[in-house]
Amino acid sequence: MASPYLLLTLLFVACFSLATRLQTWYQGWDGSRTQSSGVINILMGDSRRLFANHFFVKADIYFHSGYYPSIFDHAKLHESSSMTQTTITGEQHDHIANGRDHHAEEREGDFMGTPKDWVERFGRNFYISRHTHLESNGDEREILPWLRISADLDPQRVETYTVAAYWLRNRLGKVKEAEQFLREGLRANPQSYEILFELGRVAFENRKDSQVARNIWELALRRWREQEERKSKPDVFLHQQIVGHLAEVEEQAGNWDAAKKYLDELKKYSPSPLEIQKQIDNILQQHSLPSAPQPTSSRDSKLKN
Amino acid sequence: MSKIFALAMVVIKELYRRKDFYVLFILTALITLLLGSINLFNDDKIVRYLKEVCLLLIWASSLVIAIVTTARQIPAERENRTIFPLLAKPVSRAQLVLGKFTGCWLTCGLALLIFYVFFCVVSGTHEHHWPLLNYFQALWLHWWMLAIVIALTLLGSLIFTASSSNSTIIFIVVIGILLLARHLGKVALQLLDPAQTIVYAVYMAIPHLEFFDVRDLIVHNGELIAWWAWGIATLYALGYSAFLLLLAWLVFRRKALN
Repeated sequence: MASPYLLLTLLFVACFSLATRLQTWYQGWDGSRTQSSGVINILMGDSRRLFANHFFVKADIYFHSGYYPSIFDHAKLHESSSMTQTTITGEQHDHIANGRDHHAEEREGDFMGTPKDWVERFGRNFYISRHTHLESNGDEREILPWLRISADLDPQRVETYTVAAYWLRNRLGKVKEAEQFLREGLRANPQSYEILFELGRVAFENRKDSQVARNIWELALRRWREQEERKSKPDVFLHQQIVGHLAEVEEQAGNWDAAKKYLDELKKYSPSPLEIQKQIDNILQQHSLPSAPQPTSSRDSKLKN
Repeated sequence: MSKIFALAMVVIKELYRRKDFYVLFILTALITLLLGSINLFNDDKIVRYLKEVCLLLIWASSLVIAIVTTARQIPAERENRTIFPLLAKPVSRAQLVLGKFTGCWLTCGLALLIFYVFFCVVSGTHEHHWPLLNYFQALWLHWWMLAIVIALTLLGSLIFTASSSNSTIIFIVVIGILLLARHLGKVALQLLDPAQTIVYAVYMAIPHLEFFDVRDLIVHNGELIAWWAWGIATLYALGYSAFLLLLAWLVFRRKALN
């Protein structure tokens, strides 16, 4: 019978030799999880997107200081909102993105309605039943942890970065943090024209660096064209924002031709093309540029013929 | 009365002999302090998420302490056969039920007090704001909510054979009430009869534990609860606890012990 110490040493040497062989094989194996992007991915899989959405909504709940419709109230709200053709999810984004939907706000103002029974009437003493917003003394900061968690869980959710950057930059004066968060978002979503547009705003409005802003917005416009132009319903709003800001930068820099070019593009999708045309005419008059041939109406052309 | 308190003291001593409370408190403190140390956008004034997580942990811990401690009281006495000398003292069955209830309730009160002091210190040091009356109201309502839960668990421990099944069922019922009871009325109104009448009757009959859950008011720095509402909620909890204890006594009175 061999000594147990010898057996132990033999087993240890066998394990060690196997480990050196297996380790290299494991690194190259397709099923290896060492290439996966993190613990959250391994543990949660795609369910993390659901949780990310939950935490994004949580940020909105905080923005309303806890006064928020539950899924049972959502069903009721959804019935009424179908008349105004708005969606609840759209409203949620709008709230913390600060694009107020006043119809939604009015409905929300009394989503509780009158209490149906004594339980509901009495119960309202014990939870938030008054609508207020986090809009004073920097209280808006309270929504940020949930946006941070949402971004960690679903780095591909672009609006988390843009919304957080808006609050950080505009309301809390944290330009550096906003830029860092946007850059983090850009690393996760390199094709995102939304994040590029926000980064351009940081450069233009906060850093006062028109040159950098122009470069970023031009890239944003390129990305928008690559992704949206072919779509049947392109994201017109952001296109207007990008082109409008580019026109402003060029106007400030005295590049009148470029400014006019962007305003012409803006006119294509604008809901008020006459206003844009006025702006173009102003530029043409002030800087005596050759005016573009005015499009003739079909009636005029018929008369000429 | 002295017999009831003597029984209650035994339960309280059990709390500090067992490890449940220490483990839960250390976990709560550890998670809260870890979360509090996270740097979020270089802003050290962000506090509401911390309050929310801390209160959630306190609620979860208090429910675990209340349900697990209560669920094992009478089954353990029966299993160890200590219930026979206890009832031969003489202690009546009503006194035994009341003694166990009082012990578990006071135990939870002590645990809650420590948890809320910790919460108060954590939120106060971050927020530099000490709404002590709001915290007192929250603690008080939380404690009375636990009175209903303890009475319900005591009743369950006399109906279900194993304490584990009793604990599981009570957990499901309590969490279900806390999450859904507020909305059951709205759900009922969307149904057709007879389902509407049945669900509405359930909605009216269940103990509305959500009255006592004022975490949102604390997290979002809501106003103080009207004292009359606070008082009525206390009476509501007292009434429900008394009803459930009476039911427990009625079941226990006719129950064979061997």
